[in-house]
Amino acid sequence: MSPVFWILSAVTVFGALAAVTLKNTVHCALAVTIAFAGLALLFLQLDAQFAGFAQILVYIGAVAILVVFAILLTRGSETPKEGIFSRSWFTGMTIAAGVFAVLGWAVIQSVHVLPHQAEAPSATVNQIGDALLSRYVLPLEIIALLLTAALVGAVIVAMHEKGESK
Amino acid sequence: MTPLAGYLLVAALVFAIGLAGALTRRNAILVLIGIELMLNAANLNLIAFWRYGPHPELLTGMMFAVFSIAVAAAEAAVGLGLVISIYRHTRTTDLDEMNRMKG
Repeated sequence: MSPVFWILSAVTVFGALAAVTLKNTVHCALAVTIAFAGLALLFLQLDAQFAGFAQILVYIGAVAILVVFAILLTRGSETPKEGIFSRSWFTGMTIAAGVFAVLGWAVIQSVHVLPHQAEAPSATVNQIGDALLSRYVLPLEIIALLLTAALVGAVIVAMHEKGESK
Repeated sequence: MTPLAGYLLVAALVFAIGLAGALTRRNAILVLIGIELMLNAANLNLIAFWRYGPHPELLTGMMFAVFSIAVAAAEAAVGLGLVISIYRHTRTTDLDEMNRMKG
């Protein structure tokens, strides 16, 4: 295990922890951006250049901006008086800890049967484009339809209703 | 410990943190952030299995992750649109106060 991996995982986990525990919602959005960047660098560390740069473009470029816009539009940066955690926080923490315990146990138990290819696979953008337009052309069309429908739907859902005072 | 096990453990940790955020936070936007973290942890698993598993030249795990990123972008747009619409209706994003289905 290289030290780069440990540094990147520490940054990712730290960003994720800060995103779910900080009080101010804008700080949470910035912390989750750090976590997304750490995950993109982990993808690059795994020789998946295309997925890493797609992660940077989509998550840091689009999703983080959308989250900041939603926070500003809903005045969500004000900390509520009752605290930031919901009434059932203890149940939620227990479920999350249980899920992590089960997942970690499964990984540790199967550590000897996990596959291990030492040489790095080559996945150029050329090969990925070729695969997208030959073997995966139907999923690509479906994802195009889904993105169009989702974005039109998001605009319609968030649009002002008729007769509403502005 | 093999590298793949390390990546799987990091992904499990990020998934658990995202799940904790989605289950315990009051603000609807932060619940969506938790869901995004869980999706990202799943993507890390897919890419790690693609890198260390057999037949990486078929690009299966990579394609799965790329399509998953696209679906996550659509989910984020619709989710935040719904949060803004609910906020306009009820003037709050506190999930504990959203306890009616009547408009």
